[in-house]
Amino acid sequence: MLNIIKEHNGEELIIKLAGRLDTSSALKLDKEVKSSLEGVKSLVFDFSDVIYISSAGLRIMLYCHKVMKTQGAMVIRNTSEDVKEIFKVTGFADIFHIE
Amino acid sequence: MKTEGFELVVPAKVDKLQDVMAFLEEHLGEAGPKVLMKLSIAVEEIFVNIASYAYEPETGKATMRLEFEENPRTVVITFIDEGVPFNPLARPDPDVTLSAEERGIGGLGIFMTKNSVDKMEYEYRDGKNILTLRKEL
Repeated sequence: MLNIIKEHNGEELIIKLAGRLDTSSALKLDKEVKSSLEGVKSLVFDFSDVIYISSAGLRIMLYCHKVMKTQGAMVIRNTSEDVKEIFKVTGFADIFHIE
Repeated sequence: MKTEGFELVVPAKVDKLQDVMAFLEEHLGEAGPKVLMKLSIAVEEIFVNIASYAYEPETGKATMRLEFEENPRTVVITFIDEGVPFNPLARPDPDVTLSAEERGIGGLGIFMTKNSVDKMEYEYRDGKNILTLRKEL
């Protein structure tokens, strides 16, 4: 289960996620994200309540990172230690801006 | 010596992932949250791989077996499918030092699986892919 809350503030989009970012929920997030990035200059993912991420979730993060590189910036906030470790092991800690 | 075992047989379809995860959590209650998370990643990546590629474009079944060993207490997870032969260990690891632009996403799931368990073995026998994962609890 993954809860997705989107908050638009002008050119900023904050996406707050809660739950498991796995293969099942990644499909849902993929749709939500792809329909929302137009005109966004600052994309913020709030990961405070993300307890799990698999390669399907990382794939979406990489997609967003690539899109945002051409139109603004992306940051991932409030990542738990466990999720941070997954970013590290997979090399994404050096690619994503993680706060 | 293996002391106890459990088996789950499901259609190899991505929408059965919840059943597979529930089966894992049901029998791995003793594992700490960190170990359980790593096992969850390994199981998800392998099952999704089987569901996505083993029988394409047809469907088949996937068997997941959980066994436990003592001294030290270790879980042995075996995945069996009768799809096309596929040795995930034969794939080169992705280069995790590449930049975002150069970075593809292929092979990432297998790489994450390798990183989540202590040992991973593959065997193709009697028309079956048999993948075994071991992790100390």
